Amino acid sequence: MTIVFDKTKALTEAAMHYCPGCTHGIIHRLVAEALDELGLLGRAIGVAPVGCAVFAYNYFNCDMVQAAHGRAPAVATGLKRARPECMVFTYQGDGDLAAIGTAETIHAAMRGENITVIFVNNAIYGMTGGQMAPTTLLGQVTQTTPYGRDKALAGSPLRVSEMLGTVDGAAYVERVAVDSVKNVRGAKRAILKAFKTQAAGQGFSLVEVISSCPTNWGLEPPAALEWLREHMLPVYPLGVYRDKIGDEVAA
Amino acid sequence: MASKVLMKGNEAIAEGALLAGCRHYFGYPITPQTEIAAYMAKKMPKLGGTFLQAESEVAAINMVIGASAAGRRAMTSSSSPGFALKSEGLSYLAGCDLPAVVVNIQRGGPGLGGIQPSQADYYHATKSAGHGDFRMLVLAPNSVQEMLDYAFEAFELADKYRITAMLLSDGTLGQMMEPVDTATKVPGPSIDKPWALTGTGEQRPPNLVNSLYLTPEELEGTVFVRYDRYKVIEEKETRYEEYLTDDADIVVVAYGAASRIAQNAIDAARRDGLKTGLLRPITLWPFPKKPLFRLAQKATAFVAAELSMGQMAEDVELAVRCQRPVFLCRRTGGVMITPEEVLQKIREAALGQDPAA
Ligand SMILES: Cc1ncc(C[n+]2csc(CCOP(=O)(O)OP(=O)(O)O)c2C)c(N)n1
Ligand code: SF4
Repeated sequence: MTIVFDKTKALTEAAMHYCPGCTHGIIHRLVAEALDELGLLGRAIGVAPVGCAVFAYNYFNCDMVQAAHGRAPAVATGLKRARPECMVFTYQGDGDLAAIGTAETIHAAMRGENITVIFVNNAIYGMTGGQMAPTTLLGQVTQTTPYGRDKALAGSPLRVSEMLGTVDGAAYVERVAVDSVKNVRGAKRAILKAFKTQAAGQGFSLVEVISSCPTNWGLEPPAALEWLREHMLPVYPLGVYRDKIGDEVAA
Repeated sequence: MASKVLMKGNEAIAEGALLAGCRHYFGYPITPQTEIAAYMAKKMPKLGGTFLQAESEVAAINMVIGASAAGRRAMTSSSSPGFALKSEGLSYLAGCDLPAVVVNIQRGGPGLGGIQPSQADYYHATKSAGHGDFRMLVLAPNSVQEMLDYAFEAFELADKYRITAMLLSDGTLGQMMEPVDTATKVPGPSIDKPWALTGTGEQRPPNLVNSLYLTPEELEGTVFVRYDRYKVIEEKETRYEEYLTDDADIVVVAYGAASRIAQNAIDAARRDGLKTGLLRPITLWPFPKKPLFRLAQKATAFVAAELSMGQMAEDVELAVRCQRPVFLCRRTGGVMITPEEVLQKIREAALGQDPAA
């Protein structure tokens, strides 16, 4: 008998608490598989955010710390400076990374901090019940934009990958999505490259993953993926926004 | 004979930290503590350590969290407005049972306040450093030598009790120059940190540094365990110094820079024939409650002398259980108390006047 799928040892046995159809689970698996395949699990230290992924520490089978809301890149900085031999990664939502933690994110990138950031953009605050995020689309209805996000009142969506693409210290920044098999494969390749970038000591790497929140979008999981494709991808084009090292470390 | 070096208080703190084996410093510039960062910036690269100027005090304390979670001795320093921002991290440090050393070289407040010396962060340091039930071990040096000694000691205490040790000082001591003996400091045996994040090497189960507990009873349990540890600290680590208290009718209570001024006032009072002594808390938490209560059995009155509006005086009243009147000699906002002002309060106390009058 051939094994076609085997759960990576980089994930624990704990049952995930995410809502049915939530793409957080897929992204966890990709991160875990990447660490496992690169043989980096034993050297990994993860930083869990405040957000739906707060319990990430229950799922990743490596040393973990739970950081205050938005501070994961600062905590990761301390970890990496203290243990340069370890592979340090954060896993953050868009409220965590692009609202309360914007300064920590940009400055970790500016310093070229040799860490990897997994940035889950679902255009909403999931954990607190569906409020507007900096990444919420114009016109998108949330608990705190009940009439749709109005540019005049709440500004326009923040494009983090584009912004970090301008930061010299960032070594590798790519935006991917997890709405289709093809895109999930692309996401896996990007996450692998991000960790390789860190392993090669090249500096800050960030993978922005366009993700779904069926619960707070008020959509069935397949419809949520459809909505992601139709509404998010035009605002958040997939692609590489910074790649200082090209395919050098990807080999 | 040990060799002495002339140093600024702030530099002595940095040197004490280095002698304790601290190799990770994270800070953000603010007067009047910037010499600490400057000293670290100079020394750390030569020692293979980390000096990092963070984007904010919030980021700096969270970097301390990271380095401490990784099992290293780490510190940050700032002054009053910066500590408002560090509060979040101080609470997380406590919730995660991480050791850390933080230094507050206080200046006048509230708001942007001023840059002159102050003790107005006493409440913040001893009672409300951040949200939730927790304590920091607060040390208050009163000389440049003690800046070095207690910076060193803070690391040992922090590791031993998995607590944040704060050095609470002010711009006077930070900027003051005095000869310092650095030769006697050797770190104790390194304390095992089996909880530290080092990577599992796939050889052991993952370690977790965390302060989240959604079950109330479980969260309460972690707080109870921490408070048991605080009790041990109260019993074993309370520090203070007494000066001429044996026969004292009036006991002045003062810490840090204020204690040096108070000592002058006490000498003057003695020359006037007033039996006066000084109790100088060295740990502000734990506060020397027991020795104060003991002194309250003989003394007729207390004088709290502080560079704040009576924040410490409340602890004196609690310690003497309101059995004796507590007179308050206070200046704030960067204004120093003078020996004359303290002497005046000593005289009022000796007359047995009502301090509330
Ligand atoms: C200092 C602080 N402010 C606010 C909160 C409340 N809070 C918890 S999760 C969250 C938003 C998380 O949203 P996001 O980062 O987008 O992650 P998601 O839940 O969507 O995965 C907020 C505001 C908090 N825990 N701490
Ligand atoms: S609230 Fe949204 S982001 Fe959070 S677990 Fe549920 S679907 Fe996922």
